[in-house]
Amino acid sequence: MKQIHLAAQLPGIHNTTVWSDPRSESQIDVESFIKLARTAERGKFDFFFLAEGLRLREHKGRVHDLDVVGRPEGLTVLSALAGVTTRLGLAATVNATFNEPYEVARRLATLDHLSEGRAAWNVVTSFDAFTGENFRRGGFLAEADRYTRAAEFLATARELWDSWGAGDVLADRAAGEFIRPAAGEFTHQGQHFDISGRFSTPRGPQGHPVVIQAGESEEGREFAAAEADVIFSKYDDLDQARAFYRDVKRRLAAYGRAPGDLLIIPSATYVLGDTEEEAAERAAAITRAQVGPRTALTFVEAVWGHDLSGYDPDGPLPDIEPAPDNLVLKGHSTFRKDRAATARRWRGIADERKLSIRELVIEVTGRQTFVGTPRTVADAIDTFVRTDGADGFVLVPHLTPGLDDFVDSVVPLLQEKGVFRADYTGTTLRDHLGLAPRTGAPRTEKEAS
Amino acid sequence: MTSLHLAVALDGAGWHPAAWRAPDARPAELFTAGYWADLVTEAERGLLDFVTIEDELALQTASLHLPDQRTDQVRGRLDAVLLAARLAPLTSRIGLVPTANVTHTEPFHISTGIATLDHASHGRAGWRPQIASRAADAAHFGRRATPQLTSEDVQDSTLIAARLLELFGEASDVVETVRRLWDSWEDDAEIRDAATGRFIDRDKLHHIDFEGDRFRVRGPSITPRSPQGQPVVTSLAHAVTPYEFAARSVDVVYITPHTHDEVVTVTAQVQEAQRTVGRTGAPLKVFADLVVLLDDEPGAAAGRTARLDELAGTPLTSDARIYTGSAAGLADLLLDWRDAGLDGFRLRPGALPHDLRGITRRLVPELQRRGAFRTAYTATTLRGHLGLSRPASRYAVPR
Repeated sequence: MKQIHLAAQLPGIHNTTVWSDPRSESQIDVESFIKLARTAERGKFDFFFLAEGLRLREHKGRVHDLDVVGRPEGLTVLSALAGVTTRLGLAATVNATFNEPYEVARRLATLDHLSEGRAAWNVVTSFDAFTGENFRRGGFLAEADRYTRAAEFLATARELWDSWGAGDVLADRAAGEFIRPAAGEFTHQGQHFDISGRFSTPRGPQGHPVVIQAGESEEGREFAAAEADVIFSKYDDLDQARAFYRDVKRRLAAYGRAPGDLLIIPSATYVLGDTEEEAAERAAAITRAQVGPRTALTFVEAVWGHDLSGYDPDGPLPDIEPAPDNLVLKGHSTFRKDRAATARRWRGIADERKLSIRELVIEVTGRQTFVGTPRTVADAIDTFVRTDGADGFVLVPHLTPGLDDFVDSVVPLLQEKGVFRADYTGTTLRDHLGLAPRTGAPRTEKEAS
Repeated sequence: MTSLHLAVALDGAGWHPAAWRAPDARPAELFTAGYWADLVTEAERGLLDFVTIEDELALQTASLHLPDQRTDQVRGRLDAVLLAARLAPLTSRIGLVPTANVTHTEPFHISTGIATLDHASHGRAGWRPQIASRAADAAHFGRRATPQLTSEDVQDSTLIAARLLELFGEASDVVETVRRLWDSWEDDAEIRDAATGRFIDRDKLHHIDFEGDRFRVRGPSITPRSPQGQPVVTSLAHAVTPYEFAARSVDVVYITPHTHDEVVTVTAQVQEAQRTVGRTGAPLKVFADLVVLLDDEPGAAAGRTARLDELAGTPLTSDARIYTGSAAGLADLLLDWRDAGLDGFRLRPGALPHDLRGITRRLVPELQRRGAFRTAYTATTLRGHLGLSRPASRYAVPR
């Protein structure tokens, strides 16, 4: 029976975290992270995932103040979590634009050592000068180059991880040999990186940490098929998800990979109730809390490119034409592209269904993935995975830290069905995901050449 | 009598190049968390102010200015900031001071990493900014060239400082940027005001707009102000240029005098550096670094050192004074040097865990008997241990 993979994400900075709920705890205190990680490990989840922020969103030139803001540096907080968990995978998003391969490779290898083989890296890119203003390099990268840099970045990191063989640390007291000669030597010459020397961190338990990638574009799919172990897709509509799944899995063969070598794990939200009606009511209340009147206006402003502060969020969309080149909300990727088309689509939906501004924004941004009783949610998740819509889900609670309800009520039902592990059978994240150790270009090859 | 401060510098199997071959060394475990957890919990049992964790963006080398090809010494390191974070939940009082590079690393990443360590440790984070003094390190990044020290330079710390002057200037800019980012959120910026729908008061978040000759950074940080507000910044210094960098940028400076007289001379130079740069606020805390090999039986420490020297094939040398002998003798030395104008010491154990235990189980009780060291932690944060107050954000205006 096809097994489900589950991951947990601490709610990030978005409006989807219902901070106004008194049960929502700190998004920065390490205790929140520890609590969620322990809950996920209690639920036998594959891994814990953290998104990344490199610049606070700005609305009309000032820091956006409606959403949860503020988070720790991902790899640092995951290292702390490695000390209070024993099996849970630990995945951090680390940008390939405002970092360098030598540092990222050594930090990920370090986390892999410190967690005894539980590290994962979600490779993302950035190009915008807005984020670049926080870095020495500034906005140096054209959008077209960000994938080529990311691909070369990852390839370079793999070369660095492979620069140490598994047996290169000898620690042979009697012979007085601590390492094998030339351990860590590397040379990489390419379009984006021309580097050489000695890599300073020995090979981690997994060899290569698990590599995660997100992105639905043609080049994103190809990159994932070639390089990634896990892909975060955004599809939670079953038909679209199955088409994506088929397409991505089909691409693997060209790279000599089997369908099981790349897992497709979309992010998902959930709302539970004792009855379907109760769950639906809760879901509606959560959505209204996520999209308050000012948040609704902000999102429409972001798409329309105008200051709409004079408009009533409970009234109709403004009559005015959008000015999509005018960036009112900066740092929000959802509202970055195709704003003219988005405005047309939103107006169409609002006109057809006679929706107010706030109702519209709830309709287009506020959907919950799984709503129901623990039983119906477990069935829905199982069906989604069994019919190849995905290999599992990253669950994002709407409260910080959240997830207890899911682990206590849905996980046992999945276990009962035999579609989710009753206990961990391996110790590394690669074990949990059923991935072979990544050997890359082994040293023997290098020595032979 | 004022109590002195004690820190321990952790690195590999200890500071003797052959320490990894000592009978009680654990060389195969240097890249495991368990090894470091045992060391740092031992240091906390000894009530030490903090541990430092060495690091660099290169493989270790026996030569100050050039890579080497040796295989007979410890090679390979874990990222110190992540290692410190891994140890944070396993400890509750001891300060954690990792090294992080300022020449090649982005100030924004350093600021969020150290602030996160401060959050994860509930206020016990520090940082040792370190320039990349080896030109070869720059090839690991391929973005810039850095000065190459010559064989003549490395004979004299003043020549080194002169060659690296530009990097020290840049280091000051990086520390200033990091400190501004730490202040860029006022303490009470998070308001969660359901009535107005505002999670934060954006008047309490600040663009830092650092603009120097070498780079600019806009801010604010993504990480809220951490428990200490400003984690403790420390640096190692051997000449006037790095003394001035310390006077301008850090809270604690480690110096390397070899005699009582040198303590007097160097602490005077550090005072002078503070005047030169016009330091305001709390004066620099001055710690002396010492490499220590401790055994109470007469001659045992010297014998152990000689055996390690033999394995190494060469006598132990160091930039810092090397002390071999009993804990009582070391206590005499520390108190004598303290009276010449020091706030504390950073001890570099010659071999781990042996010499760390010598510090925590012999030296500390000896100092306690003499009323010169705490008998219990009286604070929970690193600033608290050091008697440093928690600064307000520079951007906070009285409202």
